Amino acid sequence: MNAIAFGALRDSHVTLSHGGGGKAMADLIETVFFPAFGPSSGEDQARLTADALCEPGARLALTTDSFVVTPLEFPGGDIGKLAVCGTVNDLAVGGARPLWLSAAFILEEGCEIALLQRVVASMAREAALAGVRIVTGDTKVVGRGSADGLFVTTSGVGVIPAERDLAAARIRPGDVVLVNGVLGDHGAAILAARGDLALSTDLVSDCQGLGHLMETVLAAAPGTRAARDATRGGLAAALNEMALAAGCGIEISEEALPLRPEVRGVCEILGLDPLYLANEGTLVLFVPEAEAEAALTAMRSRPEGQGAAIIGRAVAASEGGAHTARVQMVTSFGGRRIVDRLVGEQLPRIC
Amino acid sequence: MCLGIPGRIIAMTDPARMMAMAEVSGVRREVNIACVAEGPPEGLIGRWVLIHVGFAMSLIDEDEAARTLAALHELGEAQEALEQMAEADREMAR
Amino acid sequence: MKFASEFRDPKAARALLAAIARRAEQIGASREKPVHIMEICGGHTHSIFRYGLDKLVHEGVEFIHGPGCPVCVLPRARIDECIEIARRPGVIFTTFGDAMRVPGRSQSLLQARAAGADIRMVYSPLDALALARKYPERDVVFFGLGFETTTPSTALAIQQAAREGLGNFSVFCNHITVPEPIHALLKDPHMVLDGFIGPGHVSMVIGVHPYDFIARDFQKPLVVAGFEPTDLLQSVLMVLDQIAEGRAEVENQYARVVPEEGNPVSLAAIADVYERRPSFEWRGLGEIDASGLRIRPKYAAFDAEEKFGIGYAVARNPAPEPEGCACGAVMTGRVKPTACPHFGKGCTPEMPLGALMVSSEGACAAYWQYGGARVAAE
Repeated sequence: MNAIAFGALRDSHVTLSHGGGGKAMADLIETVFFPAFGPSSGEDQARLTADALCEPGARLALTTDSFVVTPLEFPGGDIGKLAVCGTVNDLAVGGARPLWLSAAFILEEGCEIALLQRVVASMAREAALAGVRIVTGDTKVVGRGSADGLFVTTSGVGVIPAERDLAAARIRPGDVVLVNGVLGDHGAAILAARGDLALSTDLVSDCQGLGHLMETVLAAAPGTRAARDATRGGLAAALNEMALAAGCGIEISEEALPLRPEVRGVCEILGLDPLYLANEGTLVLFVPEAEAEAALTAMRSRPEGQGAAIIGRAVAASEGGAHTARVQMVTSFGGRRIVDRLVGEQLPRIC
Repeated sequence: MCLGIPGRIIAMTDPARMMAMAEVSGVRREVNIACVAEGPPEGLIGRWVLIHVGFAMSLIDEDEAARTLAALHELGEAQEALEQMAEADREMAR
Repeated sequence: MKFASEFRDPKAARALLAAIARRAEQIGASREKPVHIMEICGGHTHSIFRYGLDKLVHEGVEFIHGPGCPVCVLPRARIDECIEIARRPGVIFTTFGDAMRVPGRSQSLLQARAAGADIRMVYSPLDALALARKYPERDVVFFGLGFETTTPSTALAIQQAAREGLGNFSVFCNHITVPEPIHALLKDPHMVLDGFIGPGHVSMVIGVHPYDFIARDFQKPLVVAGFEPTDLLQSVLMVLDQIAEGRAEVENQYARVVPEEGNPVSLAAIADVYERRPSFEWRGLGEIDASGLRIRPKYAAFDAEEKFGIGYAVARNPAPEPEGCACGAVMTGRVKPTACPHFGKGCTPEMPLGALMVSSEGACAAYWQYGGARVAAE
């Protein structure tokens, strides 16, 4: 789609005047954002009502997240899809039904308008899929070199029905850990897509919304204790966070971890551990043992959960370690190792 | 030290600079083949090599690999037989 | 993955573990009086912890984690020099990811990058060459570090740069060699080692004969090993077999990758491009004779030491180890990481004090990260 064909906007690239609060900014908003997200209320705030909120015991869930990624468009998604899915998922894993999003953009001078349009269209598409509306937003422009193309911040509001209470603190020893599919696709796809390591793969980011999957799982396994969206820091970070909050240990099985051969390949080449690779649509679920099979079947009934697997269980803290709650993995050999949190970022290594 | 991984040479990319495409579990990367080129570079296509920092450092000797695996397999079978015998003994004792 | 996953077969591993246990008992090895086997290579240390082999083998077998992690043995002064070069105007400093977090005396390369130096991670020296072609107006410096596995790739990159006349490419050469520190370890009167697991990928370059002196002069067995778990277990068994039979030989478990005589092209490139330094400093081990390589004068145009007047050859710049640091004793097998007073207190992977906590291949970091120490302590 050619930017010039739209409304009054005549530029092919974002300039500082698009953030100036004047006519150019209005042109940008009317040309790029309104067609995708719908028109503005004309007021400085979105005014919203939802029946779900009026039910006794229902709670409001609010979350916010900033999105930065290089490259802005990658196999399987772009920063816009990421920004919608990420926030929707943060709501969904708490048992909330996502309703509304805000979207704030920081655009670098020189950012291609066509790119921005693709990102915005992808946000609109993803929001429609997730059943949320993008109801308010903001745009700022910064000088060349002050940002990396474009940054997006989304906040999300959802409602948690009265009967739901998902929390890591509810995890009990014996609970079963499930994931909805293969691990590390996003991290590996992004590493390859950056191009500086000269790796080429057919890998696609797993970036996807998890709201519908959560609803399906919760209907089948109403006793579900807790869920997390394993993003930065990978499965290892999510499990460590949950073990700490639950005050228990977690034991996973290396053999049970679903991994694509290409992800293993990227990890072998660069000396990375797939447990720490980022995901953008990976659900980590803790359910009581009695509901594990039901949860697994429910997951596999949806496309987002086709590759679902039981990967381990919660154990008493003393089994997993005396002093702190922590995560251990039984290797394919029956050996054991601690799966700690990363110190910093995982760097490619040669030795 | 020294992460090295097996990969297969799938195509020549720049024979003059001794560059070829290698594949590791579906991931492709251009590698230098100077250390493993014996005859014409095209002869390497389909061969397995050990890759380190973008260089094919050694041709994998498939016969040697098979020999090591056969020995491991034999050991594994013998161990399994031993374990079964021990299990049978325990059954008898009961 | 072909040529890798087949060597992770649990059934074969169980058989090897049982055979190791039988041999260990036969030679009277016990928890109190274990056989000390040093795996020289950091990659082996990594595999041992990744697969939990240290806890699976008979208690009479104790792994001593050797000096084969190039990042761990890199003196802090070398990192300082990297940063000094990287800060020069016009320089693009390229390095393997491994070196990014290693602390110098005031900064790591990661911190220097944050402070404005143009430091880039590469997967291969070829990628550094590509940068030099892409930015002819910049000086692209590649940080050459590592053992004999990596030295040929840097040498081939220098030869290629010479062929192309890429005057804006140079190598900050800090390459080191394996046999010399092993020789130094064996001469140490406190040495307690009974046998060695030899470095598989170093050996695919240099072959198996450079270790002959270990068997001949010091009567210790050495088995060159692959990196998969059954490779390592089979090699441990081969070492125990030698001990049980009173042999001391250099054997090759990793024949699928390691030719007896090494790789002739690699060896020729090494000989063409490098010469030995009279001695070189190792973190935790001190100066070791003839253990470091420098670029020959005929390739001086590609030698960052020459180009920038910075480096070991210019100023030795010794950086004393932190007080009480037991890295040297750990690397020689005299004490375990957990016996160091700093372990887990002043020295953690977040804030490494000693060399062995720096990289995940360092014995201390591996102990910490994979829980060898924390599990054992329970």
